[in-house]
Amino acid sequence: MIPARFEYDVAESPRHAVELLGAVEDAKLLAGGHSLIPLLRLRFARPTLVVDIGRLEELSYVRDAGDAIAIGALTRHADVVAAPLLQEHCPIVSTTAGLIGDPQVRHRGTIGGSLAHGDPASDLPAVMLALGAELTILGPEGERTVGIDDFFRGVFETAVGADELLTEIRVPKLGQRGWSYLKFTRRAQDWATVGVAAVVRRDNGAVADARIGLTNMGATPLRAQAAEQALVGQPAASAAAMGAALVADGASPPSDTHGSAEFRAHLARVLARRALEEAIGR
Amino acid sequence: MTAVETGPSRSSGRWIGTSVPRREDYKLLTGQGTFVENMTVPGMVYLALVRSPYAHARIVNVDTARAAGAEGVVAVFSGADLEGDFAAGLPCAWPVTEDIRLPTHRPLATDKARYAGDGVAVVIAESRAAAKDAAELVQVEYEPLAAVVDVEAAAADGAPRVHDEFDSNVSYVWKLEAGEVDQAFAGAAVTVKERYYHPRLIPSAMEPRGVLAQPGPTGELTLYSSTQIPHILRVTLSMVLGMPEAKLRVVAPDVGGGFGSKVEVYAEEALALALAKRLGRPVKWTEERSEGFLATIHGRDVVQEMELAATADGVVTAVRAKVTAAMGAYLQLITPGIPLLGAWIYGGCYDVKAYSFEATGVFTNATPTDAYRGAGRPEATYAIERAMDALARKLDLDPVELRRRNFIKEFPATIASGLTIDSGDYDASLDKALELLDYGAARKEQQERRERGDVKQLGIGFSTYNEMCGLAPSRILGAIRYVAGGWDAATVRCLPTGTVQVLAGTSPHGQGHATTFAQIVADELGLDVNDVEVLHGDTAVTPLGMDTYGSRSLAVGGIAIHNATQKVVDKARTIAGHQLEASVDDLEYADGRFSVKGSPDRGMTVKEAAFAAWTAHDLPDDLEPGLEATAVYDPPNFSWPGGAHVAVVEVDTQSGDARLVRYIAVDDVGAVVNPAIVDGQVHGGIAQGVAAALYEEAVYDEEGNLLTGSLLNYLVPTAAELPAFELARTETASPTNALGVKGVGETGTIASGAAVANAVVDALSALGVTDIQIPATPERVWRALEEARLKEARS
Repeated sequence: MIPARFEYDVAESPRHAVELLGAVEDAKLLAGGHSLIPLLRLRFARPTLVVDIGRLEELSYVRDAGDAIAIGALTRHADVVAAPLLQEHCPIVSTTAGLIGDPQVRHRGTIGGSLAHGDPASDLPAVMLALGAELTILGPEGERTVGIDDFFRGVFETAVGADELLTEIRVPKLGQRGWSYLKFTRRAQDWATVGVAAVVRRDNGAVADARIGLTNMGATPLRAQAAEQALVGQPAASAAAMGAALVADGASPPSDTHGSAEFRAHLARVLARRALEEAIGR
Repeated sequence: MTAVETGPSRSSGRWIGTSVPRREDYKLLTGQGTFVENMTVPGMVYLALVRSPYAHARIVNVDTARAAGAEGVVAVFSGADLEGDFAAGLPCAWPVTEDIRLPTHRPLATDKARYAGDGVAVVIAESRAAAKDAAELVQVEYEPLAAVVDVEAAAADGAPRVHDEFDSNVSYVWKLEAGEVDQAFAGAAVTVKERYYHPRLIPSAMEPRGVLAQPGPTGELTLYSSTQIPHILRVTLSMVLGMPEAKLRVVAPDVGGGFGSKVEVYAEEALALALAKRLGRPVKWTEERSEGFLATIHGRDVVQEMELAATADGVVTAVRAKVTAAMGAYLQLITPGIPLLGAWIYGGCYDVKAYSFEATGVFTNATPTDAYRGAGRPEATYAIERAMDALARKLDLDPVELRRRNFIKEFPATIASGLTIDSGDYDASLDKALELLDYGAARKEQQERRERGDVKQLGIGFSTYNEMCGLAPSRILGAIRYVAGGWDAATVRCLPTGTVQVLAGTSPHGQGHATTFAQIVADELGLDVNDVEVLHGDTAVTPLGMDTYGSRSLAVGGIAIHNATQKVVDKARTIAGHQLEASVDDLEYADGRFSVKGSPDRGMTVKEAAFAAWTAHDLPDDLEPGLEATAVYDPPNFSWPGGAHVAVVEVDTQSGDARLVRYIAVDDVGAVVNPAIVDGQVHGGIAQGVAAALYEEAVYDEEGNLLTGSLLNYLVPTAAELPAFELARTETASPTNALGVKGVGETGTIASGAAVANAVVDALSALGVTDIQIPATPERVWRALEEARLKEARS
């Protein structure tokens, strides 16, 4: 309930945030606080310094960037849900953001925080994997861009370094591609027991290309590559069942009180079938 | 709503029977409630406990030096340091058998920690943060021991022993047998034998526990505690502390829920008092939520073997129930008695002639169990109602028809286990429930889904229940070795200017006493409900009472209030007769006014009598001034609510997800004082039973670590998981009390678990599933379906 002692500083700009992070060991960024504050209160996280970036208005936006939509890392989930550009060009993002937590969470939590925390049980990472999003990271040396496939590195570990700040997420406009994100929860606002994100391109009644992201099916958010490969060239009418059967191949889902690894694999197949049917039919 | 029968002297008036808005809510909803955590007193210091991370470990050494030297720390003590501060261990008030194994329960463990969360040291500091930081610096050397958390494993020979002084983990065996049980089973056309496990549950009151102990200048101590039982706390804690009871005052301010978990004498209460006394400073402790998961009592954790004997027509002739109940690491206030609270009603609302019940209480290396909403009765109802469905399947009978063939129909009814049910009409409740459900349409839809092979199958589950509450006749409590009585008390005090104080011996934690009790008194004295103030929860203010649990506040405490009010009316009548110069026999009383028969203009109100009683200028000889009265009421019987609950669930046969889609509850809780409050009680009660059936379960690993130690993984359902409940009532007034009321606080929880579990099994029965372990998690449903498929493939 009471965090261990820490210092607190407010970042005046993204560059200032990076400077503050670089000045001490074990500094942590505070955005919406929905991951960090519970960890602080349970004393699982004991940073020496908390750098508050919650006031960096310049990192909260949704913009048209040609073939992609650019989303500022500090954009709150509620603003992602309401963004007309996303609703029109990439509704899988706005729809999924609306499935996170509850209204209070969605008005505090940010898209960047959700991704940079690297929690395999969060919804947006799987969606970003299915989309092939690109991320901009600001560090002491300046900006760099990382593809989502290189972003999730390990257990709660991402490409964002200790003295870096995720600033922007770019998601491709979906165009004709079909999409779906289905999550399974026991209670409305729970973390997903399992989630499946699918983005599918069809061509002449067959699947031309598919990307599938999985929530809570391993130590990191991950893609179901065996299923993706098997789907290519499959007739649209029968593809979903075939893809679903392979969706858990290569995954090492956790076992906990929400479900055993075996059940999660089963659930992933059930959800993948439904998600693929929806994506192919959309 | 059907009024089947009304009691002989039931009050009716302007307020009783109406949904007066809860008078408590304004302050609570505007943040003006006074919970212990809101209280600050000068010189206050903060207490933090160091708790064992091990479920079972020898305490080798406690090094407090580093913590004692930390900033802001006032004192640090180990269990051994404080041993001399207590005259006795924490009490168990219900040693159910003469030979019960009753271990010493020290406020802080000294030799061994016996569950993860057992307190081993305390830190007192100038701020809560300093106390918490310093608690991390207390170095406890443990020697971990093998732990046992499974109740059956704990009862087996060779299990790790929770208490070294006993040669077994079995605390007691308690039996009740009536009629020719073996004979009935031997001669039965049909028998069923089922095994159920009622999971361990964590009560999860919205307000965590909190304690503030304040020392006075001449040895007085005041304890503010988030408790359901201020009166019982004073009795017991004065013994634990070895101090004069009269010097101890206990106050339960606003209390944000308890569900039984605050019917308890907790270590933190004893520690805060002892430390306040030792340090001469007020000591405050506020439970952290994650601490509460470990150190506030749990409920249930009972293995049940349930057998029914029946004729070929489905008439149940005998019940045999054998339960093994986890006590956890220690016997808390009434831990051993919980199975006994269900012991008489494993036959449910059925006319069973031969009856056998046996309970074995077993120590485990887990948080102690104790009363959790329903306490013993949800377990009993679960067993009989699930077994009735099993019998219906065996006989290929509709579960509704089977129940009807067995209902008790004549009241009062003395049941085989020996108690007498005051009143009821189980058919009436069931009729009403079936009508609300539209049973035919529901079965038709179920059949259509089955024929189409829908992914989502429909299940309809019944629970026709009764229960004994309104705890309790003192003589019966004595006969079953509970150490206190079951009466309650109230004072009704008419103030000189006409408003009234009610001093209640019961102590609410969300029930709405201040509203319901005021309704009773306002009607009987002809007042506006807002002219009646209800005071409670302070041993310095109210008469001695027995507090709030077991659905007793209205059925026992409310009758004391009624009786005290009647005494006030009687005294006012004497005053009125004197001043009106009329014989009291010639006075009529209505709406708070006495008038002389035949000349209605000559009259006097209770308000006027109150003023006359205060001035005392002109009272009859020998009549004491003042208009107030105290009544103590010991109920002659339990009250016996009953009814019919129906759950409709939809089960996704692929994902295993079971969702409650409809819930119909028709309850007979006797006469109703405030329908909205009754509905609220039923709503909350149902939600907690549904929770046990679908969501909540405390899970330990084999080492005794609680895996469900937060609200992230102990799944208390929310409004989003529950449909709008459909409630109705039938009414058979209790003939045992003047208001005709019965308890209602626990009915929903007692009935609903079985209804939902039966519905899940019903949804899957066409697919070969005959049982499901609760909570019916998606994984359990999936595994049950897989097993049924395999079985079918093999056959």
